[in-house]
Amino acid sequence: MASLVLAEHDNAALKDATHKAVTAALQVSAPVHVLVAGENCEVVAQAAAKIAGVEKVLLADAPAYARQLAEPMEALILSVAGPYAAIVAPATTTGKNILPRVAAKLDTPQVSEILKVVSPDTFERPIYAGNAIETVQAPQGKIIATVRTTTFAPAAEGGNGTIEKISAAPDPGCSSFVSESLSKSDRPELTSAKIVISGGRGLGSAENFKLLDSIADKLHAAVGASRAAVDAGFVPNDYQVGQTGKAVAPDLYMAVGISGAIQHLAGMKDSKVIVAINKDEDAPIFQLADYGLVGDLFKILPELDEELAKRGYK
Amino acid sequence: MKVLVPVKRVIDYNVKVRVKADQSGVDLANVKMSMNPFDEIAVEEAVRLKEKGKAMEVVVVSIGPQQASETIRTALAMGADRGILVKTDQTVEPLAVAKILKAVVESEQPGLVITGKQAIDDDSNQVGQMLAALLGWPQGTFAHSLEMGGDSAKVTREIDGGLQTVEVKLPAVVTTDLRLNEPRYASLPNIMKAKKKPIDEKSAADLGVDIAPRFKVLKVSEPPKRGGGVKVATVADLLDKRKTDVVI
Repeated sequence: MASLVLAEHDNAALKDATHKAVTAALQVSAPVHVLVAGENCEVVAQAAAKIAGVEKVLLADAPAYARQLAEPMEALILSVAGPYAAIVAPATTTGKNILPRVAAKLDTPQVSEILKVVSPDTFERPIYAGNAIETVQAPQGKIIATVRTTTFAPAAEGGNGTIEKISAAPDPGCSSFVSESLSKSDRPELTSAKIVISGGRGLGSAENFKLLDSIADKLHAAVGASRAAVDAGFVPNDYQVGQTGKAVAPDLYMAVGISGAIQHLAGMKDSKVIVAINKDEDAPIFQLADYGLVGDLFKILPELDEELAKRGYK
Repeated sequence: MKVLVPVKRVIDYNVKVRVKADQSGVDLANVKMSMNPFDEIAVEEAVRLKEKGKAMEVVVVSIGPQQASETIRTALAMGADRGILVKTDQTVEPLAVAKILKAVVESEQPGLVITGKQAIDDDSNQVGQMLAALLGWPQGTFAHSLEMGGDSAKVTREIDGGLQTVEVKLPAVVTTDLRLNEPRYASLPNIMKAKKKPIDEKSAADLGVDIAPRFKVLKVSEPPKRGGGVKVATVADLLDKRKTDVVI
């Protein structure tokens, strides 16, 4: 029996998180169908049909799905859920918002943020901010799971799925979209960047946080932050890396002025190489870092910027 | 309007958890326990609604062992009016929690439920959404700010790309994110007053909910450890290191 994957998209482009959820879903129950719900989002459905392993794309194109609000999305998913062995969504704020509603209505428990598919009904997932890994076996019946995207490789392109248009489910009409303010950046997305440079309280101000920009530009890195930096108003909430923010696992993670609270480490400790720059040599971040540089970041950051320029990074 | 605030007793967020040697779980013996930080934010928001005259009564509910009544007392000391303890010594999975809360909502008839977006022990992030679905209510999850209207609420949500504002008809479920507010410390007089506030005790069976676990936890293990790192002296040294070099 097939798995159904909820597509992550913004009506214009299919997000990489979908490809990663497809990888997980293929391990649970192949083939995979992808549900693309949005408004004027046919291009997204076309992209989803090209993912290897995707047999069919269900396209629900209606104004009610323009923002993928949880209530109409619940109704839509329930209208197609019947035949599927598994319903899988990436553990993005969209997937986390919608999927538990579906699980509750199907009276099926949900496995959140799976790290690994051990067998089609058994999964590893992080608990206690990733300080313990739980291996759980789901009961017989449908599998409902969200997927920690940092631990699954994206499914390859090269599929040739069909696209089936499906009709909208009745909108419960109890919620409506008002507005949004999205951070705009030309840099790579935090969750899929190869290099991430994050700042913490040590940067001291929103103005100082900009010291990271020039380095990030040279390295084509995304910029992230610790909770302390977000709480202090240096940067917006979507920069936050950690237990309750975003989980990242880039090739290189540079933590600048971040002491390393367990809640922050939970979101970045799967990075391949970790570099820490901090003036406090006893900061917990150094226990995790592959390379640590102890010193005043206001001296080190300009030096780093200059040294990168010297070595030909622009 | 009445506001219902579900709160959970969890390992204090400062405690470094230890996995038991037999991999049956984490060691909870003699570990400091506290209210789930996101639930503390929920209590604060509810109490502020009451102080602004937008709520008449704040009722706190917790599901857990007898000691969870201490967590309820903490909420009462922050300004909640009364508590309900649904007493059980077993692990209650998110779906069963949502079912218990649904039963509590049906008897209490609140106009709003505010709770944490996730508990920092099982990190599931499910209960608010499940409760809303079971009740057929709308939800405003990961709330960054909350603005109450007459028969609706505007919730600004922390989403991956930034902030999104939705309007939900009441009754509704709101789950809190970190920036919604900064919870107060209870004052000594309020702690004393909280001792006199009522806590009603129930069991899941009283509410007609089956809380038998549906998942089988096969094991709980330590995450892979990272190898120890080295300190470097200068920026140039850092960039010369083989691994950094390979990456950039």
